[in-house]
Amino acid sequence: MAYAQFKPEMKKTHTILVPNMLPIHFHLLIKVLEQFGYHMELLESTSRTVVEEGLKNVHNDTCYPALLVVGQFMEALKSGRYDPDKTALLITQTGGGCRASNYIHLLRKCMAEHFPQVPVLSLNFAGLEKGNSLELKPAMVLKMVYCVLYGDLLMTVYNQCRPYELNEGESKQVLEAWQKKLLKLFDGSRYLSAEKVYRQILDDFAAIPRSKKPKLRVGIIGEIYVKYSPLANNHLEDFLISEGCEPVVPTLLEFVLYCAANPETNSRLYDYRNFRTMAFGLGYKFLHKKQVQMIRVMEEHGEFTPPHDFEDLRSAADQYISQGVSMGEGWMITAEMAVLAETGTENIICTQPFGCLPNHIVAKGMSRTIKNTHPNANIVAIDYDPGATRVNQENRIKLMLANAKLHA
Amino acid sequence: MNTPYAIGIDVGSTTVKTVLLDVGKHTLSASYQRHFSKVRETVCEKLTQLAAEYPDNPLKVSITGSAGLGLAQAAGLPFVQEVHAAFLAVKERYPSADVVIELGGEDAKIIFLTGGVEQRMNGSCAGGTGAFIDQMATLLDVTVNELDNMALHAEKVYPIASRCGVFAKSDIQPLLNQGARREDIAASIFQAVVDQTVSGLAQGRRIQGNVLFLGGPLSFLHGLRSAFTGTLGLDKEQAIFPDDGRTFVAYGCAVSAAGLSDTYTLAELASMLAKAETQTALVADKPLFSYPEEYQRFWKRHAAHDVKRGDYKTYKGEAYLGIDAGSTTTKMVLLSKDQELLYEYYASNKGQPLDCVKRELETLYEGLSPDCVICGSAVTGYGEDLIRAGLGVDFGIVETVAHFKAATFFCPEVDFIIDIGGQDIKCFQIKNHSIDSIMLNEACSSGCGSFIQAFAVALGYNIAEFSKLGLFAEHPVDLGSRCTVFMNSSVKQAQKDGATVMDISAGLSGSIVKNAIYKVIRARSPEDLGKHIVVQGGTFLNDAVLRCFEREIGQEVIRPAISGLMGAFGAALYAQEKSSGSTTLLSPEQLRRFSYTAKAAACKGCTANCSLSVIRFSDGSRFISGNRCEKGAGKQESQQLPNLFEWKYRHILSLEQQKPQTPSAKVGLPLTLHYYDQMPLWHTFFTDLGFQVVFSEESTRETYYKGQATIPSDTVCYPAKIAHGHMESLLEKGVDFIFYPCMSYNMDEGDSDNHYNCPVVAYYPELLMANCEKLTPQNFLHPYLDLNRPKHVVKVLGELFGRYASKKEIETALRHGFAALEQYRQEIVKQGEEIVRQAREAGKQIIVLAGRPYHMDPEINHGIHKLIASLGLAVITEDSIAHLAQTPCLQALNQWTYHARMYRAAQYVTTQPDMQLVQLVSFGCGIDAITTDEVRRILEDNGKLYTQLKIDEISNLGAIKIRLRSLIAAMEQ
Repeated sequence: MAYAQFKPEMKKTHTILVPNMLPIHFHLLIKVLEQFGYHMELLESTSRTVVEEGLKNVHNDTCYPALLVVGQFMEALKSGRYDPDKTALLITQTGGGCRASNYIHLLRKCMAEHFPQVPVLSLNFAGLEKGNSLELKPAMVLKMVYCVLYGDLLMTVYNQCRPYELNEGESKQVLEAWQKKLLKLFDGSRYLSAEKVYRQILDDFAAIPRSKKPKLRVGIIGEIYVKYSPLANNHLEDFLISEGCEPVVPTLLEFVLYCAANPETNSRLYDYRNFRTMAFGLGYKFLHKKQVQMIRVMEEHGEFTPPHDFEDLRSAADQYISQGVSMGEGWMITAEMAVLAETGTENIICTQPFGCLPNHIVAKGMSRTIKNTHPNANIVAIDYDPGATRVNQENRIKLMLANAKLHA
Repeated sequence: MNTPYAIGIDVGSTTVKTVLLDVGKHTLSASYQRHFSKVRETVCEKLTQLAAEYPDNPLKVSITGSAGLGLAQAAGLPFVQEVHAAFLAVKERYPSADVVIELGGEDAKIIFLTGGVEQRMNGSCAGGTGAFIDQMATLLDVTVNELDNMALHAEKVYPIASRCGVFAKSDIQPLLNQGARREDIAASIFQAVVDQTVSGLAQGRRIQGNVLFLGGPLSFLHGLRSAFTGTLGLDKEQAIFPDDGRTFVAYGCAVSAAGLSDTYTLAELASMLAKAETQTALVADKPLFSYPEEYQRFWKRHAAHDVKRGDYKTYKGEAYLGIDAGSTTTKMVLLSKDQELLYEYYASNKGQPLDCVKRELETLYEGLSPDCVICGSAVTGYGEDLIRAGLGVDFGIVETVAHFKAATFFCPEVDFIIDIGGQDIKCFQIKNHSIDSIMLNEACSSGCGSFIQAFAVALGYNIAEFSKLGLFAEHPVDLGSRCTVFMNSSVKQAQKDGATVMDISAGLSGSIVKNAIYKVIRARSPEDLGKHIVVQGGTFLNDAVLRCFEREIGQEVIRPAISGLMGAFGAALYAQEKSSGSTTLLSPEQLRRFSYTAKAAACKGCTANCSLSVIRFSDGSRFISGNRCEKGAGKQESQQLPNLFEWKYRHILSLEQQKPQTPSAKVGLPLTLHYYDQMPLWHTFFTDLGFQVVFSEESTRETYYKGQATIPSDTVCYPAKIAHGHMESLLEKGVDFIFYPCMSYNMDEGDSDNHYNCPVVAYYPELLMANCEKLTPQNFLHPYLDLNRPKHVVKVLGELFGRYASKKEIETALRHGFAALEQYRQEIVKQGEEIVRQAREAGKQIIVLAGRPYHMDPEINHGIHKLIASLGLAVITEDSIAHLAQTPCLQALNQWTYHARMYRAAQYVTTQPDMQLVQLVSFGCGIDAITTDEVRRILEDNGKLYTQLKIDEISNLGAIKIRLRSLIAAMEQ
């Protein structure tokens, strides 16, 4: 199929639109990428038109994230806010046996019909779409890694402060201040002094006056887009806070580590080694070291609960499912449920697009064994799709919460 | 000072329940009433009533129920989740209960009390609930109580889809039209509700011990009760049906209230609720018509498309009768030789199409002018075969063709027809004066006429009134375009948000249209449809729907004034065309003597055991339906070509016969998923090593039921669900262990971007291990294998089977296995070539029945291949021709082996004038959302027809037959 190519000179002329999956991280990321000459804009429209455009432009049985992302792009292009001749789209690609690998093709199909001049760029670390992906220079990758790390820390402590803040909006202020400050750090090389910056962030959040009364902790796990994107999950975090809970959301680095670890796992399972597995192996080691560093700083600081060490996730997974289950979020979902239950966050919402294939196995399929080991685990699977209404979703979550209060 | 009472208010989707408790938690008053969506009014009214009785008592309050949430929030009153309320009530009243099952209007809930408390409710599906039973009763035109009585006189139970009410409906309709006993259907409906609860709600947890049954339906339906106790194997002591089952949750809600501190008087409560403003988050559309004149003009334009009328009482000359025995309605027209409409009839068939036609024919005969001679008759629709056999109608005609004939009459240059009837949506494109592509709604009748009717009734209106209300709605609500079940909750939410009935009526019309355009037709733009569009079917008589349709596609269309009669009209035109001058239609005399009896039976022709209905007519002849092949109809299998689908299945089964003389152990291989493709490999491997290979049983419905209780995800595809039963079957057969490898990758057959399995095929063994209690690491081996790396496979298998064989032997056995697989593939190609040769010799068309290897399972394909063969077509499979073509240019990532075959096969079909491809798609297959679009594009870009058949645990062969016959009709033109 013929489709528009992204030519190097377009870097200067084109605005690259990016779907917003994780508000804190993505704001940081696009600003950092601007330093490398890409002009990017985050799409934040959540109007009903997004869903309608999605329904019109992709097969209605495709997963909800694809539908929303395509819908968001179409809404933006049709809105007149952007000149189609000077606009490109960016989408992430992970590769693998899940149908999500087809998002980029669905998007191109749709562009070919409506905006044939708009090129689609891929952001991936699997070597897909050569020529039509972001050119990943080492300096850029390094900065992106730090965006993820800082984003994760901000998200984690923000989620731990917001439900308890005594003065409404204060956590948000600290968050926004840090989002601005981090940009400055990324301008030079100061962002590399991570430990120092982590401590400052932790101190600033720790200074927020908070209530000591413990709240119900509720884990949000599941398919990556639905788990994070408020557009997809009907503002699940806000809802939980309004119900008097503390949302516990796994970090983005976990997913990155999961992607980095899989090639090595497969090479072990299927007995082969090549350059790629070695490169991913090294990448994994590097990233994991960064995760351990952040966890250590948080533990030393002592005020907040750090994210789970990825190696703990891997050993938790081994009790339930093979790490060979590597399509979609694969074994990581099972592992996250297990680790949450083990560490006292027994109430878990597993979010997924309606009809998500890997989740039949790793989420719904593994709940039973996890409950056998942790009888108090209180897991509810919530399906998201264009037809599911908020009332139904919230009613099910309320049931889960009523269960939780029973055990509390 | 009185000590405070407690009141629980349970606001469900269809009813309001209240319970008032005194301090000792004794019930002072309990009520149960329907609210017809006037939630707030109903609650206030009830409270005011109570206030008269208990004017001064302070009380504590709590609200529960699906519609109660918004109300409680708006009024600032406490809310308790309804399952939790039930839990509290059970703890209070029946502490010995182990499990609670509650069926409500649109919700179904289950609480496990012992062994880890777990409370669950139905997910996004309202199948198997009270609303479903109501709907089914309406379909049979009886009250719910009559339905209950009928169920008690059942002789047999038919399998009816239990997942979703909508599917169940499309299961029942064909049964009715084929004349199955209504008592049996009633019992089957209740059984479907039970199955839904067991598989959908319990999700792998067994329901046992003392079970408490709650909720409206379970408190008054004895048929349902006995279906539950029977299926769960409960005795009288274990099954508890409390007298106040209907208000039990309200009781729990009151118990919850009693623990709170705030108190109110009833009058205070009533006024708080009356003032409760619910927030509006409505998405509104423009009004359909801004002012009455606009509607007048619209109406006039459409009124112009009419036919000439005549009077059958006075007409002299030849006349032709057309009958359309549709799924829920019967239509009949009598045309003069100049196509004047002499007589018309349109009515609900009340589930008895044959009686309905007979009665109407009698009426026609009574008034018919003696000088009018009926010279020909034709029948179309679901009931075609039955009516034709019973009443001696001359011709049968496929629905699609009948509609095309009728549309051409009004618009000779018609290039697109859309027909929305009671249960189905049919769309077809016309190219070169013949039907080109056909789109039908698959296994789902959402967005059809009966859907809007159901809502009208639920809101307390009749359908005509209800649709008129929408015409001048000020703010039509946007309700989305999904399935009825989801629509229910959208409507609920809209009501909560303050939408008026008018807005909802207009919104529903819009939903029907959007559903048709974007889901069934899958149109990308209005130009896709055509320039000359004819719309028809009873649903388009609704002006609001018509207006929405024109607006959505931005173009004017033609709606014939006899929109609802088009099938019958087309049939009459056909009768005139084919007429020999006389008719075999029963004369008034014969008709008076005509009667019939219906009986259910099971066909013993083969293992499919089709459920037959045998209808015996008064002249002694009989009509059999429900059969897939000719055997069931009591005929010899006629000269049929070999059928590659069947051959492959028989070949796989035959492998089990070969076994070593003195086997070292029994290994079980399930007849599921990828085994249907790789059985020769594994069978040879194990036999070579001296194992006896035991297959699981051939799939039947029973196999599914065997494993039903261990299925954790109710939305996974049927081929995966049935795997649970195969595990049970293997264990029953006493195998030493089951071997079922996980495989991320399939075999690389080249010419594709990658060669994955789909996630379900790849990892289902992990799920089985985690959910089937009887599987252990010892009796269930599920290693991770990549068959493209034989050395690694040898190593892994060497570790597993080291005690049975040396590494060398394993290596050799595997090599033999691969050779056997290769030979099997070549054999398929050879057989395919032979069938093609024979078909061409006999001048027959060839159908490539493409899907997944596991679609050869008879319980999964429901005998579709036999049906195709019985229609006189040769059947081959995608893997017999895939090697003959290169993968065409695709718009998708070609990364699954089974799909890559399909793309190549489709490409090859485009080069063969006598071949057509029919794609089988399992419901819930997410990957096929991508592949179907691609296969369709490959075929249609090259001028071929695309036919997709969605299959599920239900077998709606009626609809499939229409599709196939339409395909044949299109091929012939």
